[in-house]
Amino acid sequence: MNTAPPQAIVIVGAGQAGYWGAHTLRKHGYSGRLVLIGDEVHPPYERPPLSKQVLKGEAEPASAWLTTPDTLAGLSVEFLSGRSVSVLDRHSRAVELQDGTRIGYDRLLLTTGSRPRRLNLPGENDAPVFYLRDVADSLALRARLIQGGRIIVIGGGLIGLEVAAAAVARGCTVTVIEAADRLMARVVGPAVSAHYAHLHSSRGTEILTGRIPERFEASAAGCRVICSDGSSSKGDLVVVGVGVVPNAELAAAADLKVENGLCVDEFCRTDDPNILAAGDVTNHFNPLLGCRLRLETWQNAQNQAIAAARNMIGDPQPYADLPWGWSDQLGVNLQVLGAAKSSAESTTRGDPASGSFTVFYLEGDRILGANAVNSPKDIAVARRLIAGNIAVDLRKLSDPAVPIRSLLT
Amino acid sequence: MSTESVTWHRVASRSELTPTNPLAVEVGGKLIGLYLVDGTVHAVGNLCTHEFAILTEGFVEGDVIECPLHQARFSIKTGKVLSEPADTDLPTYPVKLNGDDIYVGM
Repeated sequence: MNTAPPQAIVIVGAGQAGYWGAHTLRKHGYSGRLVLIGDEVHPPYERPPLSKQVLKGEAEPASAWLTTPDTLAGLSVEFLSGRSVSVLDRHSRAVELQDGTRIGYDRLLLTTGSRPRRLNLPGENDAPVFYLRDVADSLALRARLIQGGRIIVIGGGLIGLEVAAAAVARGCTVTVIEAADRLMARVVGPAVSAHYAHLHSSRGTEILTGRIPERFEASAAGCRVICSDGSSSKGDLVVVGVGVVPNAELAAAADLKVENGLCVDEFCRTDDPNILAAGDVTNHFNPLLGCRLRLETWQNAQNQAIAAARNMIGDPQPYADLPWGWSDQLGVNLQVLGAAKSSAESTTRGDPASGSFTVFYLEGDRILGANAVNSPKDIAVARRLIAGNIAVDLRKLSDPAVPIRSLLT
Repeated sequence: MSTESVTWHRVASRSELTPTNPLAVEVGGKLIGLYLVDGTVHAVGNLCTHEFAILTEGFVEGDVIECPLHQARFSIKTGKVLSEPADTDLPTYPVKLNGDDIYVGM
């Protein structure tokens, strides 16, 4: 790598990760040229509210802005909004925008994020099918979530269920179609899946698991989703939330290693020493877990970008967070900590019937992760128990009468 | 802040407060967290300055409160923000004790 301090840093992607990259560079004293390029017209913002408060109509998108164009200008960040990069020229260390403008860099940070995975089923183009990723998506969907509406959600993961919850809050009737045999199977254990199936059902939502959508049929009144078992559901519109695809094409076209995301090490470095990456786009090595991860979380967008920015200016920081995320549905807060491992044993603290409980996943007497339903304090303690590799007494862990903090001492 | 212009409001009992169990109180529509650090009662704003979250539902570690939602950390003694994602300090309020009664000045 060119070891001289960088004089020009370009950040491609002005979402949450891009913002934290720029903010951190300035906070830690980088005073050279700093260009932040994003293809949306908005200032950098946080996406979680788009499927929660904004979709329900309790907040407007501006409440999620991380900064303003004026603040960025005050930090001497050249913020190019509504612009996209079409070419990464590693040989001459420059990016080329769609209008042909070329911008040179000493170091490049790729925070290009991800996009919703498309179903691309027969009939999809003619049916009222919505995806949810950005501000425009959230506002367009919100306008269609009206009292008495009939909504079909394909995908019983976090996004699908948050959409279902928002739709119910706005007076719609909802059907959720999930291919797996339980909800949120990728992020929580079976007991928590069952709890959420009950929670959504109790609010009138129809939960259909083990069904694979096969095609759409548009009609004057909306559309029908036909599943592979021959069953069908009818609604005014369909919302699809079946995961994301990393936006790694720019990197792949420049021959950077892409394998289920843009590959980086724990210092956020790609295989080009002048190019780092952070956020949803990366497939990164996590030294705490000793494995590679591709995460789609708020935490990863923020903290990996902070680490990347510091690494770019000679302040080596490994990015070593325990994965963590949350979801808010129907007034219930879910927090998920750690990496799921199917071999882990589990123990439950608190009674699910009370609405507040935590399932801990363990290997022997060590906690690997936790799913906390309306019990955020358990997550704060679990994080410390895992970080400290502290052995836990299972009996105490599963007894809500024993203060969970006492396990730390 | 001059304490002469302050109105004191009784908000809680000192005996209810322990170092690991802060109390959430409300004075004049303001949400305030009460904490006990090294035997001293502190009163700081109870809303995280990043996003809506009640800080007393978070985790107290010595003189630091960690937000239950995004783990922003604040000094209980000074209200200063110590880590991301928040970038604005919490307001602090004067506290006085009279026997077991905790008063917060506004």
